[in-house]
Amino acid sequence: MFGRDRSLTSLLNDTFIRGILFQALIAIGLLLSINWLADNTLSNLANQGKTLGFDFLTRTAGFQISPTLGTWMLDYKVGKSTYTDVYLIGIINTFIVALLGILAATVIGFTVGIMRLSDNLVFRWFSSFYVEVVRNVPLLLQLFFWYFAVLRAMPSKREKLELVEGVAGLNITGLYLPAPIVSDGFVYSFLSLIGAVAITFLVRRYALKRQAETGQILPMFWIGLGIIIILPVLVHYLNGSPLDWSLPEFKDTGPKLRQGYQSGAGMVLVPEMLAVWLALSLYTAAFIAEIVRAGILAVSRGQTEAAYALGVRPNITLRLVVIPQALRVIIPPLTSQYLNLTKNSSLAVAIAYPELVSVFAGTALNQVGKEVEMIFMMMMVYLTFSLMTAAFMNWFNSRVKLVER
Amino acid sequence: MTRKIIKAAPKKTTMKKAIPSDIDTQAGYVRIEDAPLLPPPPSEVGVTGWLYKNIFASMSDFGSIPAALKSVFVAVSTLFILYFLITQISGLLDFAIFSAVWSDPEGLKRQACWTVEQGGALPNGWHAACWPFIEAKAKFIFYGAYPNDDLWRVNLTYALGGFMLAWVMIERLPYRKIVGILLLTVYPVMATVLLTGGAFSISTGTIGGATILGLALITIGRLGKAGYVSGAFGDLALVAGVCGWLVILFAAVLAVFAIDFDLEAIDTRDWGGLLITLVVAITGIVASLPLGILLALGRRSEMPVARFLCTVFIEFWRGVPLITVLFMASVMLPLFMPEGVNFDMLLRALIGVTLFSAAYMAEVVRGGLQAIDKGQYEGADAVGLSYWQSMRLIILPQALTHVIPGIVNTFIGLFKDTALVSIVGIFDLLGAAQSTLADAAWSTPVQGLTGYLVVAVIFFVFCFGMSRYSMFMERKLNRSHKS
Repeated sequence: MFGRDRSLTSLLNDTFIRGILFQALIAIGLLLSINWLADNTLSNLANQGKTLGFDFLTRTAGFQISPTLGTWMLDYKVGKSTYTDVYLIGIINTFIVALLGILAATVIGFTVGIMRLSDNLVFRWFSSFYVEVVRNVPLLLQLFFWYFAVLRAMPSKREKLELVEGVAGLNITGLYLPAPIVSDGFVYSFLSLIGAVAITFLVRRYALKRQAETGQILPMFWIGLGIIIILPVLVHYLNGSPLDWSLPEFKDTGPKLRQGYQSGAGMVLVPEMLAVWLALSLYTAAFIAEIVRAGILAVSRGQTEAAYALGVRPNITLRLVVIPQALRVIIPPLTSQYLNLTKNSSLAVAIAYPELVSVFAGTALNQVGKEVEMIFMMMMVYLTFSLMTAAFMNWFNSRVKLVER
Repeated sequence: MTRKIIKAAPKKTTMKKAIPSDIDTQAGYVRIEDAPLLPPPPSEVGVTGWLYKNIFASMSDFGSIPAALKSVFVAVSTLFILYFLITQISGLLDFAIFSAVWSDPEGLKRQACWTVEQGGALPNGWHAACWPFIEAKAKFIFYGAYPNDDLWRVNLTYALGGFMLAWVMIERLPYRKIVGILLLTVYPVMATVLLTGGAFSISTGTIGGATILGLALITIGRLGKAGYVSGAFGDLALVAGVCGWLVILFAAVLAVFAIDFDLEAIDTRDWGGLLITLVVAITGIVASLPLGILLALGRRSEMPVARFLCTVFIEFWRGVPLITVLFMASVMLPLFMPEGVNFDMLLRALIGVTLFSAAYMAEVVRGGLQAIDKGQYEGADAVGLSYWQSMRLIILPQALTHVIPGIVNTFIGLFKDTALVSIVGIFDLLGAAQSTLADAAWSTPVQGLTGYLVVAVIFFVFCFGMSRYSMFMERKLNRSHKS
């Protein structure tokens, strides 16, 4: 392998040997520096009188967290709930705002992206304007704008800005919406919805089979929509509509201090969450719009023309020719935007929305002082999520990869 | 488009040959001359054509019920968007310019921007920018707590940097390469000395030691070049020579830092505003590109250890949000260092931001490397170039021009992300502006919007400028592989 001349010179010139030497050097250097860092950390911790360990997770947390989905789900109580609860609340709040943001950003982003390709000048203007302004201004500034300049300027606690008379309203304490109250029978409505989806799939299989055999096409979209809407609604009302809504209650009479929205009626979205949600979804939507535009433009014009030449109707061309090819280009960067949105939700720490960074690496860290463990735990959440997304991406890419002949 | 009459005019010569002469007179239905050229329909040319194509074409299809519904929907939403755009843009202009309070000659401070209801002189319902507030806070928003007497140092740094950058960017000027190298080597040292005041306490022993080490390494390199060192050690000697020059350069930088230029020392805690934003962004941009290239090469290397390490490094930094990185830099970096070593806050943030954006840069560069045809790698190998030669001369120039948009996008992202340093207590542009809002002397309902507007415009100008310049570069190099 190394040739006949085994002198030192030839060994050092051999790329294989060089590679091994170089890698050994890197590995040794890395181990030494890790050792050095660990050593420093341990001695520094010892100097501060701290030890490593996760025992703080069972201690009870002594601070208030503003009412959000996380605190409601885990029934957070000061002095009773532990730091594990705080950690979980942070994760839940991060993901709920990320999920809502992803939904809104996708809808807005696709709309704006398609508008940017419209042959309507006003649509094009609007979407270019939106994309250029939003993409070139920091997200944190947009977050401050929505929180401090818009939501803090809402009517005060004793007043309201009514969005839908008696149903939804807004003031400085948040957005008040009706809350669903589920009673026993509701589970059947829910099951019937799942059943309707399953039936739709069966009908679709039959429709595809029929199309393959006879060439006749069923209007699958309308049939599916019909089944999915009518069946659950029917079951729901035959069952005596077992879902109630608790409307938010607003008092403008009585003692001054009791006026305003009453707690316990309806549900409230805190302004911090609204601001994070607005900022995240509007910001990410601008990036998604560009991705969608690029994806649609990436489908060569010849594809559409070929479909027309075969006599395929425009909307079917769009559905069966353009969109599948565009999605191949769109989905990978789209997923990374979703990931970005989730990571960007950590900016909420700036306005004290109780998500992971704010509540765990902020408030809890200040109380407990276990920097190494807590920052490690926080980073693990984001890392796990990214690696999961990366795994999904690899799977997706291998699935939709162009099969070249 | 049934109303458009499309007539293909056949060539006359072929016509005459194809048609026998007796048919000419008998069959009246055979056309023997060209149809007269009709003027193009109004929907194709002129103002009406432009209007039709750009606006009405999307809403004039009433052929079927769904198409008619769509047309009506498009028409209604066009009107709505037009209304929205006009009201918003005119509202913004009114807020920023026409209704704004421009001066405060009497020194009333907040009262200058109060309405009658709030105790001032402006009409009720007035809602527009309060520029005297920005004027009063401009120094803080742009320079932070930097001493007033020393602002010339910041301005000189800006002017020098701007001048050199402009020189490099204008193509007609001579010596662009030299100016570019100066911009990347001498300028950072000058900027550091000017901004901090220099005169760091660096012992002469360190500088002397580094100089001697460098000289020794250079000597070894020279011996190797002259052929005194045999075989494979000759290569090592050459490497030593190059390292020697680097060490000498390092010693020179240390020496410059150690010289007392009689400038007042200014702690980075007193820096702020736009100054911090620019320092963080530019350092991050300049440092993350080379680091990113190295990481990308490492990730595509054939050495498993190097590849593994680079992959882990990149995926780790890309997997966590910048905020957590900054938290880590501010909370954990001091723990990692030996006792007594203490970075100042700005340096910690700089390290965090640089490593973070280097990971993103690495992925962009890797995309470029992957897009290069395999033949280029093989060609470079075939003409006997070493790994680094082939990278430097063949692969990287192509790969980097390929991904200019991606690189600039990363720069823009980094520039915007500098705003996050305000969360770990460094007053960058946004942080400084946000902190001025707490000043009760200027407390008005429009204070926040005015401040945010200024910050947004500054960020927009920088980011938009960068993106336009990258488009220009892309068009100029014209090597993007779009058809």
